[in-house]
Amino acid sequence: MTDLLTVRGVEKAFGELRVLRDISFDVPAGSVTAVIGPSGSSKTTVLRTLNALDQADSGVITIGDLSVDFAAEVDRATLTRFRLQSGMVFQSHNLFPHMTVLQNVIEGPVIVQKRSRDEAIDEARQLLAQVGLAEKAEQYPFQLSGGQQQRVGIARALALKPKLMLFDEPTSALDPELVGDVLRVIKDLANEGWTMVIVTHEIRFAQQVADQVLFIDGGVVLESGPPAQVLVEPTQARTRQFLDRILNPI
Amino acid sequence: MASGTWDLIWRNLWPMLEATVTRTLPLTAISFVVGLVIALFVALARISKIRPLSLLARAYISVIRGTPLLVQLFIVFYALPQLNIVIDPFPAAVIAFSLNVGGYAAEVVRAAILSIPKGQWEAAQTIGMGYPTTLQRVILPQAARTAVPPLSNTLISLVKDTSLASTILVTELLRVAQLAAAPTFDFFALYGVAAIYYWVICLVLSSGQVRLESRLERYVAR
Repeated sequence: MTDLLTVRGVEKAFGELRVLRDISFDVPAGSVTAVIGPSGSSKTTVLRTLNALDQADSGVITIGDLSVDFAAEVDRATLTRFRLQSGMVFQSHNLFPHMTVLQNVIEGPVIVQKRSRDEAIDEARQLLAQVGLAEKAEQYPFQLSGGQQQRVGIARALALKPKLMLFDEPTSALDPELVGDVLRVIKDLANEGWTMVIVTHEIRFAQQVADQVLFIDGGVVLESGPPAQVLVEPTQARTRQFLDRILNPI
Repeated sequence: MASGTWDLIWRNLWPMLEATVTRTLPLTAISFVVGLVIALFVALARISKIRPLSLLARAYISVIRGTPLLVQLFIVFYALPQLNIVIDPFPAAVIAFSLNVGGYAAEVVRAAILSIPKGQWEAAQTIGMGYPTTLQRVILPQAARTAVPPLSNTLISLVKDTSLASTILVTELLRVAQLAAAPTFDFFALYGVAAIYYWVICLVLSSGQVRLESRLERYVAR
């Protein structure tokens, strides 16, 4: 399988603090990559560089046929194109509270991509049906549960027809009983063949959907491989320790 | 009160209303709208990471808030002619009031913009929106909710502050009352009417504020 995403030598510092060191990995088209690691390990920053929410200081990120070298100055048009390659789902959904669910979903296609409004509405309704929220289209985000809000966030990202979907701890801010609905939607996307990178603490979920797991600690990829290896028989002591703490908290 | 007083009031009700409609209200409305536009740009400059821009904005706000409105009016109308810049009373008043509203409202707008969570900027960024579009579609509509109550204060103050324009020969509401009262010495009656006129305008504006606020609250959990 060809790689949809390749990351080569990404470095990032916030002031003196080096948060990412020589991050490199590949994500084949149609595959799911789970990024795990302790909090403060910079796993979220890895994800954010893939969307240039945090711009890498150096390194090359290629999504599809667009390759961006962040060591050089990146012009605004390229940056916008780069951002639209991927759809981002945030931990705290970040829906636009002053817009209805439907407006949230069509905002990108209509305002940014300048597609026809009617067409965008049709597609948005399909996407909302897909995430199980067809009847919520006219509601405002505050009228939805956390899990429903997160699913709207997924629909909003999908509406831009990105090549790659990025999830930043999509279930961490949810009540435990709402987690399942969101994970199910993500699993469906995986089955449909979406290429995805998911930062998550849901180890069991990672085991089920991921084709590849990256364990990140201290801003470096400590270990990567199929879940059966990284999550079951990790080679690094640090990975073992982390998994042990998560799977056996008491 | 003597019947002459009633007669005086009666004769001046219409001229004072006329002054209100042709001077006080337009002066308020134009200055407020222009002032808000100034405020938006000054607020954005103040937030900007471009240092000279934010310093300039700070200086502007500092000067406007640190000097009396009456002095600002006098500078525009009486002092500028010394530099061969002669401006008619009404436009001079519009300039002074707009600049004044701009300085005060800039801080309101800035605070309102900063009250919007960073995640909203990021969400807009990830769907490919640029800075102006994000402001227009995402940030300002939400900031409006926070800004309406303090901006209503600014507007209501402005209505009453326009009476200061009487000192630079704008024949607005207070000026007409003054001119009518002067020969009769019946200040109580005419300034009383003027006060009622101002009060009624402010009552109408306050009820408009209530309506606008509830409209902007429609997407917020209660």
